[in-house]
Amino acid sequence: MTERVDAASPADVPGGDLKLLMDVLAAAPRAEIEACVAALGDLPEAVPVRGPETGLVMVRGRIGGDGAPFNLGEAAVTRASVRLADGSVGHAYALGQDRAKASLSARLAAAWVQGDLRSEIETLVRDPLMATRAAEVSQVKREAAATKVEFFTMVRGDD
Amino acid sequence: MYVAVKGGEAAIANAHKLLGDRRRGNRDLPSITLDQLVGQLSLAVDRVMAEASLYAPHLAALAVKQARGDMIEAIFLLRAYRTTLPRFGASRPVETGEMVAERRVSATFKDLPGGQVLGPTFDYTHRLLDPELAGDGEVEAALLSETDGEPLMRVTDILAHEDIIESSRGAGGDTPLPEEPSGDLTREPLEFPMQRDQRLQALARGDEGFLLSLGYSTQRGYGRTHPFVGEIRMGEVEVELDVPELGFAVSLGTIKVTECQMVTQFAGSAKAPPQFTRGYGLVFGQSERKAMSMALVDRALRADEFGEDRLAPAQDEEFVISHSDNVQATGFVEHLKLPHYVDFQAELDLVRRMRGEFEAREAASLETDNASREAAE
Repeated sequence: MTERVDAASPADVPGGDLKLLMDVLAAAPRAEIEACVAALGDLPEAVPVRGPETGLVMVRGRIGGDGAPFNLGEAAVTRASVRLADGSVGHAYALGQDRAKASLSARLAAAWVQGDLRSEIETLVRDPLMATRAAEVSQVKREAAATKVEFFTMVRGDD
Repeated sequence: MYVAVKGGEAAIANAHKLLGDRRRGNRDLPSITLDQLVGQLSLAVDRVMAEASLYAPHLAALAVKQARGDMIEAIFLLRAYRTTLPRFGASRPVETGEMVAERRVSATFKDLPGGQVLGPTFDYTHRLLDPELAGDGEVEAALLSETDGEPLMRVTDILAHEDIIESSRGAGGDTPLPEEPSGDLTREPLEFPMQRDQRLQALARGDEGFLLSLGYSTQRGYGRTHPFVGEIRMGEVEVELDVPELGFAVSLGTIKVTECQMVTQFAGSAKAPPQFTRGYGLVFGQSERKAMSMALVDRALRADEFGEDRLAPAQDEEFVISHSDNVQATGFVEHLKLPHYVDFQAELDLVRRMRGEFEAREAASLETDNASREAAE
């Protein structure tokens, strides 16, 4: 594992930096990942171990938002696993039905695990994708903030 | 004797060809794209996902297009598709408290932490048709404001500090929560009485119109619970899956959900002080009508828990849950139009025989009347 300390990825989060990479690959649209990978150059050759395949994940909620779990409904999820020549394995899981994205994400994860391109993957793929996601979240929050009610009190009559 | 009759293959094939033609409509106009449906009829897409119980916007849009906008047909199509897919696992429960909310309103507290955030709502519109939308005019971008960073505290947590509302962790608020739901309706047949978690699974996929009417019925007095909207919030929540081959949970991305916390009338006993009770609604996509209806019906169905008399339809678990699924309902109602020629022949024969017997009885009693009259003369 790297020595790097990231505020968004405390060392005690299970999965650490690999999780950080996989999470942002799941959230990003394929075209964006492809654009980042283009800057990265060639990824090592990989053979598929499983998938890409689309299946279901039962999404759970909590009763009352904070109580016992219940089954809310399923979501379509696509996953892929690949192996590199040296045996490094990469996995990808993401909502949706995009198999090409799952394969590409699994190759990136495998290359990250293998290590030669780790810092390039982090700076050229992971970090820009995370920045875009953060900007999207900020946009949604600011749009919502503009619709926040400012209450004021009307004083009627003389006192 | 039973004689099987075959036929209609050519008529069926031609009917489906005609359906395809009608669905496409005027060829001078461009075919509607799935991206257009997802982007511009997003609430229709959301409803299909919610009631099909499958979160997949582009597949739901395809279903809407294929069904020509018939929502229940689209829901049916998406339900059928989901049966073709393997199950990878179950997510960790989504944390609605950490939602990136586009909207959050409370009808119980004006000045709550995070404030009243209206978001993209139809509320307060004048419900006047807008001729501008008939064209393709420029639409202004949404306005932006800086956020104050104040977290959106749950209304139920605000009340919980005074212990004035029931806790999700039982009386005293310290009952450990189960790790897993008590069952899964997609895997096991319905059995009554149900656990609350299974009812919520059924209600989350239940027909919006049916739940709306039942919720409305409780407001009109058929199982009154005196509800307040503690809070409604709508936005994106992260879905996390524990992946065994990795040994940790990964995010699969985010989904849009709508949550309603209904604060309802008190329960209490000689041993426990009066407390507000709760009804809960959580729905895929943006649909607060459905989330609110679900919360009202969830609360009504908890009658036994609070020692309330079960007198109204909305309080009858077997009635509500057995009839809330619109795919089941439409299947049974619509099957009536399929050929019942043999059944009907049997009924026809039966009615004719009964009429024959009736006429014979009438004739016989007429003869007896005549005979007795003659005898009297």
